[in-house]
Amino acid sequence: MTDLSLSDHAIAGKTAPPSEARAFRLPTQWLGVAPFFIFAIMFLVLPTLYLVLGAFQNAAGTFTFDNIVGIFDPPNLSNYIQCQYDSWISWVDGNCRLPTILAAYWISIKISLASSLIGAFAGLAIAIAIVRGGLPNWIRSATLTFSGVASNFAGVPLAFAFLATLGRLGLATVILNTVFGLNIYAHGFNILSFWGLTLTYVYFQIPLMVVIITPAIDGLKKEWGEAAATLGATTAQYWRMVVIPVIWPSFLGTVILLFANAFGAIATAYALTGSSLNIIPIVLYAQIRGDVLHNPHLGYAIAFGMIVITGLANVFYIWFRTRSERWLK
Amino acid sequence: MKSGRFWAWVVFALGAAYFFIPLIATVEFSMRMRRGVYSFDAYEVVLGDPRFQATFGYSVLAAIFTIILGVLIVVPTAYWIRLRLPQLRPVVEFITLLPLVIPAIVIVFGYIRMYGSNSPLPFLASDTGTNALLVIGYATLALPYMYRAVDTGLRTIDVRTLTEAAQILGAGWCTIIARVILPNVLIAVLSGAFLTFAIVLGEFTMASLLNRPAFGPYLQNIGANRAYEPAALAIIAFAITWACMSLIQILSRFAPRSANRPN
Repeated sequence: MTDLSLSDHAIAGKTAPPSEARAFRLPTQWLGVAPFFIFAIMFLVLPTLYLVLGAFQNAAGTFTFDNIVGIFDPPNLSNYIQCQYDSWISWVDGNCRLPTILAAYWISIKISLASSLIGAFAGLAIAIAIVRGGLPNWIRSATLTFSGVASNFAGVPLAFAFLATLGRLGLATVILNTVFGLNIYAHGFNILSFWGLTLTYVYFQIPLMVVIITPAIDGLKKEWGEAAATLGATTAQYWRMVVIPVIWPSFLGTVILLFANAFGAIATAYALTGSSLNIIPIVLYAQIRGDVLHNPHLGYAIAFGMIVITGLANVFYIWFRTRSERWLK
Repeated sequence: MKSGRFWAWVVFALGAAYFFIPLIATVEFSMRMRRGVYSFDAYEVVLGDPRFQATFGYSVLAAIFTIILGVLIVVPTAYWIRLRLPQLRPVVEFITLLPLVIPAIVIVFGYIRMYGSNSPLPFLASDTGTNALLVIGYATLALPYMYRAVDTGLRTIDVRTLTEAAQILGAGWCTIIARVILPNVLIAVLSGAFLTFAIVLGEFTMASLLNRPAFGPYLQNIGANRAYEPAALAIIAFAITWACMSLIQILSRFAPRSANRPN
């Protein structure tokens, strides 16, 4: 409890980690983290690896790319490209159909992208409003608390809430119809559609953005604004040349995190649309339950494709994160 | 600055509208069960449903086991990493983030294929085994949040001095972790635990694919077959999430802000 012991440890901790100093004790050192690694390998790494390997094997267990090729469904894909080309040169909408699995990936990517971009911009606007907007202090803390709750309010109950709001008998639908005379269902809106699902996902995407980006906006130092003002910068210049470049990496990083967040989600979509909207997690869900594709290894390939997409997203996330940490210490 | 404040209010009002209208609509819808008047019939029906009680109880139990398993795995590891193996920190942090990269449906798909009844480790051959696998799956889902919370807690105490003091007094490793470290990071552990609780309680994917009688699949089933009960259930679920988050907030007020001395 003296200053002496403190500095000793501080120095010891920084210059030479104990394990390096006493390398011969390594086995007992590792025993302490063994349960964690055994758990992680057994229940996280191996099951995933099993699927990844399965994606590159056929029923007999030999190595093959057939499952990966199967996702792209080459005959139907070439039909689709032909159809697109024909309708393009003849100016007639040919109503082309992507192969089922590709279409499911594509709609998943579209919904995840749309909900993460809308969530990110709206969340950023709210975060800026509560940090920089000169609103009363209680609004900031209330918003942050509510965001903590709403970002965890996903899954099946969220679907129920949106059905009660924008379903055919939902409150918002009814009020828009009776008070404003606007029948949104007659105008093509449907809660069981791309925009319906996107609007629902935004309910947890915005709060997540607020929770993650608020510290970054707090990290914008007042001195930078003052320095910019001293050098004669206008507000617009300050935003364009200081704020946006500093916020940019953490903004993009969070967009990617939101994307991955939406891409793997299934419960909300399943409760909302049943299987009427074929997003890729729902296709995989049906495949696991009943082998609807009549090829177990095609299921592995779909899972592998999902890991590739969320994995790529997270590689970018980590890359942006390290860039943003340079400024926002 | 005046126009800035105006726009801040506009943004805030739009946000508040987007977030409160669904809540208000859900409350309103849940009370429409009796024709013509507002009533709490839907809540009575839901709370009186034996399947609600059974599945809710099952999920609460699963959540408690998940929290215990999570604490048993995360606390010793995070402690040991801080004390002896700081060079492993990036690896462990990377692993704890994996459940955010690999979707839950993929993880459980792997379990189903790997631990089926013909495998060397047939978790799925018995009910107990399947329940255990569900808890394990939930623990992996909670790993990122649990590890974050505990590691933040450990940052605020002087792990090295506490350990040495306990060792001088003759304590073994289990005593140190259970009676010195755990009480010191209890608030952090609890906030991780409540977050885990909120995530696990209504979880759908894993429970449904492992065929467990949990709350999530029950919710989905009610949603597909009833009109007013789902809205009541949504409000109940929102209230539970809210309660968990409030408890975390209240706990964080008791948490020490920073270490008395740097580590």
